[in-house]
Amino acid sequence: MQKATIQLGTLTCPSCAQKIENATKSLNGVDKESVQVLFNASKVKFDFDSEKLSVEDVEKAIAALGYDVKKSQVKPK
Amino acid sequence: MQRFVLRKKNLITLVSGILIVIGFTSALGFKNETVAIWALVIASALGVAPIAIQAYQALKVKVVSIDVLVTIAVTGAFFIRNFEESAIVTFLFLFGAFLEQRTLNKTRSAIKELTEMAPESALKQMANGEFEEVEVDEVDVGDVLLVKTGAKIPVDGTVLSGEGSINEASITGESLPVSKEKGSTVFAGTILDNGTLQIVADRVGEDTTFGKIIELVEEAQDSKSEAERFIDRFAKYYTPAVLLLGILVWVFSRNLELAITILVLGCPGALVIGVPVSNVAGIGNGARHGILLKGSEVIGDFSRLDTMVFDKTGTLTAGNPSVAEKEYYGDNINEALGYLASIERESDHPLAKAILEEIGEVTFSPVENTEVIKGGGIAASVNEHRIAVGNVALMERAGVELSEQAKADIARLERNGNSLVLTSIDGELKILMGIRDQIRPGVKEDLLRLKRLGVRNLVMLSGDNQGTVDAVSRELGLTEAHGNMLPEDKSAYIKKLIEEEKQIVAFVGDGVNDSPSLALAHIGIAMGSGTDVAIETSDVVLMNSDFSRLPHALGLTKATARNMKQNISIAVGVVLFLLASVFLSEWMNMSIGMLVHEASILVVILNGMRLLRYKLR
Repeated sequence: MQKATIQLGTLTCPSCAQKIENATKSLNGVDKESVQVLFNASKVKFDFDSEKLSVEDVEKAIAALGYDVKKSQVKPK
Repeated sequence: MQRFVLRKKNLITLVSGILIVIGFTSALGFKNETVAIWALVIASALGVAPIAIQAYQALKVKVVSIDVLVTIAVTGAFFIRNFEESAIVTFLFLFGAFLEQRTLNKTRSAIKELTEMAPESALKQMANGEFEEVEVDEVDVGDVLLVKTGAKIPVDGTVLSGEGSINEASITGESLPVSKEKGSTVFAGTILDNGTLQIVADRVGEDTTFGKIIELVEEAQDSKSEAERFIDRFAKYYTPAVLLLGILVWVFSRNLELAITILVLGCPGALVIGVPVSNVAGIGNGARHGILLKGSEVIGDFSRLDTMVFDKTGTLTAGNPSVAEKEYYGDNINEALGYLASIERESDHPLAKAILEEIGEVTFSPVENTEVIKGGGIAASVNEHRIAVGNVALMERAGVELSEQAKADIARLERNGNSLVLTSIDGELKILMGIRDQIRPGVKEDLLRLKRLGVRNLVMLSGDNQGTVDAVSRELGLTEAHGNMLPEDKSAYIKKLIEEEKQIVAFVGDGVNDSPSLALAHIGIAMGSGTDVAIETSDVVLMNSDFSRLPHALGLTKATARNMKQNISIAVGVVLFLLASVFLSEWMNMSIGMLVHEASILVVILNGMRLLRYKLR
């Protein structure tokens, strides 16, 4: 399991947070329990299985919703 | 295409606003219905595009968002050829979102200022001995770094060589520069005001003190209290419920206009944003004033505080004994002070340090025939004089006559909680010193402020004897003070307050030996100067262990909790008012509903923003 933090462009509506949360959770390989969307900090934190997907896959899914991805950080858990 | 539309949202908002103005002026001013209708149709179609895209994306991930409600409502209005409504509703929705973004950035600004102080690059020594600029992420523990004047210290480390003075305000809140030399510790995020340093990295990135502070604040601003989690769960079902209600109204009344109006009026707008906005502004204000609040649960508890329990030593008092009061008798006092210092210089008794600090620079004389009298003091000869230094019992043993004046002074100093050191020369009392752990400056006023803010009980617990504890308590005007307490007695006392008296309790202690009490109290506040321990064990962290920030912290949490309640009331009130008026009044329509919604969102954000300027009166 790896731990990832993705910094997004400023989030302004709480329903954005819910959209991003659902989009991230729906990806295979992401630990659903660990997904945390920080509204004020505009960050997504989650644990994932690096054999099933990479952090770029999650970035793409979020970008497809129309949100900016600034940078991401992956650390072994 | 979708991303293009979303990126140009502000432009779209502007264009649709202009089209609406054109539409209305041509309809009312020039009576030109065709131009008016076309302008409004284009404005609606243009305006609904970004909203519809967001709605589609939301539905794809199974979220019924506000965008979905608005898109359906606008489409419905289009069908019944109510182009005025469709154009105005889309415009207000987009313009509202634009204003929300602007104002939200303001409420978050305080915390952003803090995180932006994080160092980004470092000059790292490479294998060839040269220093090269690298990203701060590339620095590992053990690397040697060069820091030049004006630069940020990139990591927590130890100075290898060089000298300089550092502004440590970002860590300690203290803006006076601190001088550093070989062997000194330096902290990430602090600024080298002048000089050049070479340092070795001890802790990097998130492990540094500054990294921990940032992580704490970032998590705190998004932490959720029980009430917020409830609102979130509620909001998840609320929007689909409004959609369902709209459909039901349409099916049963066949009135499309009413159905779509309900969709717009039912938007949850201010409800979901109100509490996070207060939270981020309150925590931001704290961060600016050197107070880190660990989340909204802490804000809730702290604001309803009944009792504040303090450890004495190191919290209310300075933690090291010093000479608080002194009396001199007879002549040749300077000579006597010199003898006293000469004797104390050879002692390792804790009071000796306080006495030497008090006397300062003197000429020392050789001390002979030193005799330590257990439970009494010291007797010795200096320059052929017989000197006794110790307590009253020692003086009696040495046959010193105490005058009435001296006896009165002794009684007074004892009452004030001092340990007494008397000095006699050749059987005559010369010096009387009262030594105690003195109250920190300003603490008395701070406690008074806390009381005024509504803390009912101020309690002091201490391991010291009851006499000393009572003296401090009297001076500070505490409600209760208990001495002779071991750490486990303190935690038992707090447990009793919480479980039997159902009070909300904060404990302020030094963070090391009081950790059970800190953990047990609803709010633990560690005063230890070891910032790491303080950060990890506290619910409220006072940077630089500054006691004077407590009243501000309490006042701020009260203001923040109040602000949250106001925002919830505004949000709930607006939705109830709108839904009631759609059934009970004639004038309510979609546009007014949207206007009221967007206005209420701005009102809660602006209300939250007031917290950024909060100051304790």
